[in-house]
Amino acid sequence: MSAESFVKVENVSKSFGENQVLTNVSLDIAAHDVVCLIGASGSGKSTLLRCINLLEKVDAGSITFDGQTITNSKLNVNELRQHIGIVFQAFNLFPHMTVLQNVTLSPRKTRGLSKKQAEERAYELLDRIGLREKAEEFPDRLSGGQQQRVAIVRALAMDPKLMLLDEITSALDPQLVSEVLQLVRDLSEIGMTMIIATHEMSFAREVSTKVCFLDAGVILEEGPPSQLFGDPKEERTRAFLSSILAAGRM
Amino acid sequence: MQRILELFFSPHAFRDVLPDIWLGFQTNIHMMVVAEILVLIFALLIAVIRGIPGRAAIPLRALTIFYVDFFRGTPLIIVALVIGVGVPAADAGWISSRAATTYGIASITIVYSAYVAEVYRAGIESIHQSQRMAARSLGLSYAQTMRYVVLPQAIRRVIPPLLNDFIGLQKDTAIVFVIGIGEAVLAAQNYSTAYSNFTGYTVAAVFFVILTIPLARFTDSIIRQRELRERAAQ
Repeated sequence: MSAESFVKVENVSKSFGENQVLTNVSLDIAAHDVVCLIGASGSGKSTLLRCINLLEKVDAGSITFDGQTITNSKLNVNELRQHIGIVFQAFNLFPHMTVLQNVTLSPRKTRGLSKKQAEERAYELLDRIGLREKAEEFPDRLSGGQQQRVAIVRALAMDPKLMLLDEITSALDPQLVSEVLQLVRDLSEIGMTMIIATHEMSFAREVSTKVCFLDAGVILEEGPPSQLFGDPKEERTRAFLSSILAAGRM
Repeated sequence: MQRILELFFSPHAFRDVLPDIWLGFQTNIHMMVVAEILVLIFALLIAVIRGIPGRAAIPLRALTIFYVDFFRGTPLIIVALVIGVGVPAADAGWISSRAATTYGIASITIVYSAYVAEVYRAGIESIHQSQRMAARSLGLSYAQTMRYVVLPQAIRRVIPPLLNDFIGLQKDTAIVFVIGIGEAVLAAQNYSTAYSNFTGYTVAAVFFVILTIPLARFTDSIIRQRELRERAAQ
């Protein structure tokens, strides 16, 4: 049994107009956990991640992060988001800024770091992912894998306590996936708490402490990866996994 | 034929009127430069205010919508007459005793800000939602997201249509001659009234064309460069 929860999602529901995307979703995450969300596109994985850093407002239920209920309206969302990094499928780097400017923008503007401090930290992080020499380049000069690693570093530059990764390899050419996954692996090794929406099943199996299968807006089944992948209880989980297997993605 | 050439293209009248037209045209240049700078600032302000989200900003947004609807729909000549003739006639102290060119610049700024605000707005709205989301997810506020992420991209994107509006603005500095500003068209009119010869208008027209052609080519080259860059990025 894990210690007290670091992120606690309780009975969260969310709909966009008629479209009910999440229904009574509950999820408990301890510090240093790596939780993978799997399931078909449209099952609610991305929406759940966006609810956790308040990019989407929940309709019902509550979310607690680091001992603080974040779904009440009094909260300063800008302050909160400095502690929760999110990385998107389409990278979303700022195209008019260099790599270095992308990485240093928020630390400078929200943390009040000096240009020098922010750049030192940025170079340190870029060094770690082997992209120091790209610091002065604009994003469109980088490969997809490099762009996504920069996006991860941009989030890390804020020293987040939690990272949300939203299908971060889905838009990449196959040969570029591994460099991004390696970076995520490194993060898990240093104890970063992460919630990862992914279609990379073997990666989920290897890296996660817990896997959740989402189906039509509910967490249909959750458990340690060995159990969920090896011996799924739910019929629909089995059907999903066997279709992934048939596609050769596992 | 001979008569037409004499009326519109008389070499003699050309020599006669050129200095006056050039002097007047300097006023046009002065008005366009000042108005363009003011329009760039004022229109951006309108566009940004119009985009502020939330219930509290409804009155501000409504004000900008009214402004744009009203001044985009009003002919510049009417605005120029109201401001250039009406305001001095109102005898309201400081504001009624400005130079005629100041009223001219004010009229042009008021009307063109309504157009250019819409150009900016189109640019702001063309920036994909994911850019704002990425900025907000990093903890940047709405205002910071606007300032550092949305506006720099939006402004770059609208430079060609903006320059196109400025070509219109430059020509429209001629309209404010109705309030008696001593610019190129007024100089041409004075000459034609005195000597029944229209060569002055031809000269003024050539001045305007000479000024707008470089701007038009500059706009073209920006668009071309952008296309090349976008093709290279794919």
